Amino acid sequence: MLSAVLVLTGLALAFGLLLGWAAIRFKVEGDPLVEKIEAKLPQTQCGQCGYPGCRPYAEAMANNEEEINLCPPGGETTMIALSELLGREPKALESEEKLPMVAIIDEANCIGCTLCIQACPVDAILGAAKQMHTVIEAECTGCELCIEPCPVDCIIMQEIEPDTSNWKWPFPKAAHEVKP
Amino acid sequence: MIRQLFKFKGGIHPPMHKKESTHIPIQQADLPNTLTLPLHQHIGESAEPLVGVGDRVLKGQKIAKANGYVSAPVHAPSSGTVVAIEERPIPHPSGLDDLCIILETDGQEEWAEKNPLPDYKTLDASKLRNAIRSAGIVGLGGAGFPTAIKLNPTAGKPVDTLIVNGVECEPYISCDDMLMRERADQILAGAKIMCHALQAKTCVIAIEDNKPEAIEAMRAAATGCDIEIVPVPTRYPQGGEKQLIQVITGKECPSDDLPIQIGVVVHNIGTAAAVHRAIELGEPLISRVVTVTGDGIAQRQNYEVLLGTSVNTLLDQSGGTTNNVERIIMGGPMMGFALRFENVPIVKTSNCILVTTKENIDPPSHVMPCIRCGACADACPVSLLPQQLYWFSKAKEFERAQDHNLFDCIECGCCAYVCPSNIPLVHYYRYSKTEIWSQERDKEKAEQAKMRHDNRQARLDREKAEKAARAAKKRAALKAAEEKKKAEAAKQAEAGETSSADTSTTKQDEIQAAIARAKAKKAQSKAAPKNTVELTEAQKKQISEAKERRKKIDELANAGTTDTDKAP
Repeated sequence: MLSAVLVLTGLALAFGLLLGWAAIRFKVEGDPLVEKIEAKLPQTQCGQCGYPGCRPYAEAMANNEEEINLCPPGGETTMIALSELLGREPKALESEEKLPMVAIIDEANCIGCTLCIQACPVDAILGAAKQMHTVIEAECTGCELCIEPCPVDCIIMQEIEPDTSNWKWPFPKAAHEVKP
Repeated sequence: MIRQLFKFKGGIHPPMHKKESTHIPIQQADLPNTLTLPLHQHIGESAEPLVGVGDRVLKGQKIAKANGYVSAPVHAPSSGTVVAIEERPIPHPSGLDDLCIILETDGQEEWAEKNPLPDYKTLDASKLRNAIRSAGIVGLGGAGFPTAIKLNPTAGKPVDTLIVNGVECEPYISCDDMLMRERADQILAGAKIMCHALQAKTCVIAIEDNKPEAIEAMRAAATGCDIEIVPVPTRYPQGGEKQLIQVITGKECPSDDLPIQIGVVVHNIGTAAAVHRAIELGEPLISRVVTVTGDGIAQRQNYEVLLGTSVNTLLDQSGGTTNNVERIIMGGPMMGFALRFENVPIVKTSNCILVTTKENIDPPSHVMPCIRCGACADACPVSLLPQQLYWFSKAKEFERAQDHNLFDCIECGCCAYVCPSNIPLVHYYRYSKTEIWSQERDKEKAEQAKMRHDNRQARLDREKAEKAARAAKKRAALKAAEEKKKAEAAKQAEAGETSSADTSTTKQDEIQAAIARAKAKKAQSKAAPKNTVELTEAQKKQISEAKERRKKIDELANAGTTDTDKAP
């Protein structure tokens, strides 16, 4: 009787110590779910979801505080990826999916105020005070955050035209299929 | 010795329709007035133009150079003048434009200097590859992969077998068949050069048994040399690289590896002929054999066509199209794509122009739901599950499609051919593939954007911290100075002097000194400007007059202000 109690107590202690050590040894820094969610987001940092950037939105989703359908630049693909990752039901996007855009500065009208440079979340605008600014198109995420601060409205958003390197086959027409 | 052949899985036996275009020999296509040469006719990076608008170029002159390792140069197919370098429609399923060099031919066919290397056997393999690369040769079977790269064996992986692919398994196309019948010696010569470059132990030329004339011609040309001509039983898609390797060697090529990893290299017979012309005659790749066929064209035959010739020109030379044309396809009926415009040029990879009529093609309304019969899986030559891929593609579940090895699909079209519901399966796979590529590009861009965003955030934080540190430092310095002063004052007080008067005098002194400094500076700035040194009398007078006027104005103004000051 006593030996059984001792053995069980010993075992409990040993496993308790092992678990305690493992908790310290294999401690995970930060929330890995946030990282995973953030990796699915398009990183435009546009704030169209209502959060000041992709990471805050990812944190909100990780805490189950926010819907998964708030990212217009990511579109349906991002929503589906998030639903798979988080195990939630897919939900249609509230706003319309946007085609990829790039900001273009009308350089003749630019007064060199640097306001757009300060607004750009990815440092994709080049210029200096009282010098003409220009957008580095390859770096522009199309977030539109530079549009509003421009005092002379010289920034426009332009759709990215497909070329043979980024052209996609269209989805086969559903109309062709006879409904069962 | 009879070689043992193997079988690949799946495959189909569609009606071949090759006889229609093989009854007359290869004919030289007319020299068109303009040649449109896209800079991207191959897999890899676009070529870079070497000529400008208005330049006269000679036949065979390099007009665009390879840009990077996986790229190929472009040569002028005839002598003439460059009239434009601009975006023109190119043969691409999108129907989009791409950069092309437009050449106006002068009809003189004046050749640039040729640099043949007839004694290639004494040459180093890398020199040979460079010559082939600089001749702009790419795989002429349809894929357009730069040939020189495929002639570069990996270190430690000796090439066991070179297979020269004369299978031409796709219906309607007969350009390789005709080439083998008429230019067997050129193909053999090219194969020998390739063998030398690869140091391959054996060389096999595989030809499907539905081309007896070609087999005959090749056998006759190959008597006495150690290149083996192997007839293979007709089955589509036997001409696929990995399928052919399996048939000839019995080895299955790993899905994510190149055939060279298992010691086999496959080149098309057209490519072999082009290599022969480049090395032994010094002629770069400026023309190819193209089959013009289909029910919608009057005269069906093969042409030797200069690259850049428009499809229109070829169709006209073949007696024009009939009235009931449904579409014009570049490539064969299984793997080709419909052209959006008839004025696109023939490029290095264009093996066939197929003009189909309305009777040839099932109306798309015949598409019915998938009944999961599994016929597609039986027909698939790469052992995929086409119906699963179809469901995943339709549901846009690209990750799962990728898990089912979507990228092993060679788009041969066997599954769609056998599908009893007429589902355009390959279209779904192409859609999924381009979507996945696009997602990968987006992901890359997102990572880049995140990095830039994080860097910016770090910079802003750093700047903020630096500013705060500077302010703190300044405050600390001020405080220290004040304390020092206080301490000094206390010291002086201790010394028994009248501190308050003393500090005020020091302050007074400081103020006085500052005023004196300011005055001195003012006086200095008032000193005569340098441009008044050498002046004529008239100018001096003018200046003094102006000074007088200014003085007067100042006086008046002063009087005004004093008046207003006094007024209230």
